[in-house]
Amino acid sequence: MASQEMEELVQREYTQGFVTDIESDTVPPGLDENTIAFISNKKGEPEWMLEWRLEAYRQWLTMTTPSWAHLDYPPIDYQAISYYSAPKKQEDKPQSLDEVDPKLLETYEKLGIPLHERAALAGVAVDAVFDSVSVTTTFKEKLAEAGVIFCSISEAIREYPELVRQYLGSVVPQGDNYFAALNSAVFTDGSFVYVPEGVECPMELSTYFRINAANTGQFERTLIVCDKRAQVSYLEGCTAPQRDENQLHAAVVELVALEDANIKYSTVQNWYPGDEDGKGGIYNFVTKRGDCRGDRSKISWTQVETGSAITWKYPSCMLRGKDSVGEFYSVAVTNGRQQADTGTKMIHIGEGTRSTIISKGIAAGRSDQAYRGLVKVGPRAKNARNFTQCDSLLIGDRCGAHTFPYQEIGNSSATVEHEATTSKIGEDQLFYCQSRGISEEDAVNMIVNGFCKDVFQELPMEFAVEAEALLNVTLEGAVG
Amino acid sequence: MLEVKDLHVTVEGSEILKGLNLTVNPGEVHALMGPNGAGKSTLSAVIAGKDGYEVTSGEVLFEGKNLLEMEIEERALAGILLGFQYPVEIPGVKNIYLLKAALNAQRVARGEEEIPAPEFMKLVREQLSFMKMDGSFLQRAVNEGFSGGEKKRNEILQMLVLQPKLAMLDEIDSGLDIDAMKVVAEGINSLRNADRAILMVTHYERLLEHIVPDRVHVLVDGRIVKSGDKNLANELEARGYEWVLEESAA
Ligand SMILES: Nc1ncnc2c1ncn2[C@@H]1O[C@H](COP(=O)(O)OP(=O)(O)OP(=O)(O)O)[C@@H](O)[C@H]1O
Ligand SMILES: [Mg+2]
Repeated sequence: MASQEMEELVQREYTQGFVTDIESDTVPPGLDENTIAFISNKKGEPEWMLEWRLEAYRQWLTMTTPSWAHLDYPPIDYQAISYYSAPKKQEDKPQSLDEVDPKLLETYEKLGIPLHERAALAGVAVDAVFDSVSVTTTFKEKLAEAGVIFCSISEAIREYPELVRQYLGSVVPQGDNYFAALNSAVFTDGSFVYVPEGVECPMELSTYFRINAANTGQFERTLIVCDKRAQVSYLEGCTAPQRDENQLHAAVVELVALEDANIKYSTVQNWYPGDEDGKGGIYNFVTKRGDCRGDRSKISWTQVETGSAITWKYPSCMLRGKDSVGEFYSVAVTNGRQQADTGTKMIHIGEGTRSTIISKGIAAGRSDQAYRGLVKVGPRAKNARNFTQCDSLLIGDRCGAHTFPYQEIGNSSATVEHEATTSKIGEDQLFYCQSRGISEEDAVNMIVNGFCKDVFQELPMEFAVEAEALLNVTLEGAVG
Repeated sequence: MLEVKDLHVTVEGSEILKGLNLTVNPGEVHALMGPNGAGKSTLSAVIAGKDGYEVTSGEVLFEGKNLLEMEIEERALAGILLGFQYPVEIPGVKNIYLLKAALNAQRVARGEEEIPAPEFMKLVREQLSFMKMDGSFLQRAVNEGFSGGEKKRNEILQMLVLQPKLAMLDEIDSGLDIDAMKVVAEGINSLRNADRAILMVTHYERLLEHIVPDRVHVLVDGRIVKSGDKNLANELEARGYEWVLEESAA
């Protein structure tokens, strides 16, 4: 973009001359400063927030899409996206489950999703099918008692502006990368969690999400702050395959752990991957980063990724505090024509920092996946330690798995270990199981779940069970 | 129970079994002996249904059914169980989990309920102590890090739990120390009954001292060239295979 044009944009008076009607619920496709002002205004945000968004937008304009990822997709037309729309009207939705793709319903069945949740997940127009309001209220009371703040990011911006202002963008700055900049400019959904000093969050922040999972947005922003000696376990996502009109998803998640704080963040992600040719699938570009800001703090990422047409995501840890700990446990499954480029970054800054990376990739069909891991040890990170293990399992011979480990070691006292294996699902293992009367499909599931065990055991119990079921459904028909 | 009729099998273009005939009746224990490379393991693999073997002619019937048309797991569910010479390791899959899945597959195929957990644990614990195995084997991944002898015991443990109609054992005696040999033999002997047949591949007469066979066959170059009772094994032990070859050539 020419600098003069740029200048004009910056100078333009965005608070006036809206092209869109303020009363309307949707902005037409396209992105400029007016759109951002519209969003900010709709959300009732303070002035500083709008400024913050605009700053992000201006940086975004100068950036280009990362091209180094091991992915192949057509260019995205950002002017064709509508950046704000109110929830769909009841009459536009399918009126009953009969109108929903039977295949999707079959999957819900296999995953054991309760009947009353199925309709909501499939986007059917439902009046209170389940008692979500009262459930949510009970949660809120319990959390409030403990002093934990848990609300939507928009609510947090209005109700707890000091906290948000202090921490938002402190882990993932607006201009961090192309998708983070876009997210910072236009995010409309997401959550905020603050756990005060010494408080152990009285429940896993999960059930809430299962119920509200159907409303996940396109540009989500999540901010979790754990004060000194606080603890929280946060669960994102849902095992049920989710459809979404929006092809592009660009979320940002920021975690801040102060002294002796402990954050466990688990994700089960199962976006619709598209049909066999990848049509209609979701592009998932996520920036997730945790900042172990305090001494002895710990951040642990666990993720099970099965959905999306394209996934691009590297949950990372900045290990700043002395003796702080970062962990990354990941299972990524790709089938059909899915593409995944995932991995993690462990940045050792403080003394005695430790990190563990366990990554399990399973590729089937004609899918392709890459693991990309960076372990960086800064000059002050005396006695830093990392252990990395990444294993890939191939099912069939038309899929691919690639491993790209990067190490930048700036302190000679650091210990960095890396182990990697790639194996094909063993015919001998399959034969062994089958000759015991176990069907081929069950045998594959058994072997794959065994392969992922180290990661599944990091998941909260109920999620682990669902994750196994999910894997089985994802790999259905992968063999034979 | 098992009838193998004029079986010809080709592996990667070369013929390994060349017109093999074998009949095993319920209640019988058969020992299959013969020089290395004769086709003993090939025969048991073909019966179990392993991929990569092309049956060019002949038949294999199990209780009158054509085995060659059945899937691997269907054969297992029909009551055939192969004890492997080299049991494969399956990381992350608990031994007990495999056992339970296998047992339940059988029960479901018979139209029964899955086995209740307490009943299953009782059954497994009994057999485990019979095989003089430690409880920790149940919680370990299938065969992972098991010693050679432990793997063999584990194969027999599966047989004791799954109670097949036809148990095939490929060199179950190799790699066993003297005590383990006894335990394994006792395990196999406890399987013997009027309705069950056992087909053992072995190189050593020793095993047959513990498990006395009804029939002994000598497999040479893809064919059974001589059959006899347990004394044949003693004779082979003393004289080797040379004379059998000469006799069959004559
Ligand atoms: N997958 C294969 N590819 C090529 N040749 C094979 C294959 N499997 C078996 N064979 C050959 O078939 C022949 C018979 O092998 P088999 O394993 O059945 O012998 P065996 O009688 O069990 O011998 P041993 O006593 O040494 O175990 C051997 O010559 C072997 O090399
Ligand atoms: Mg052999």
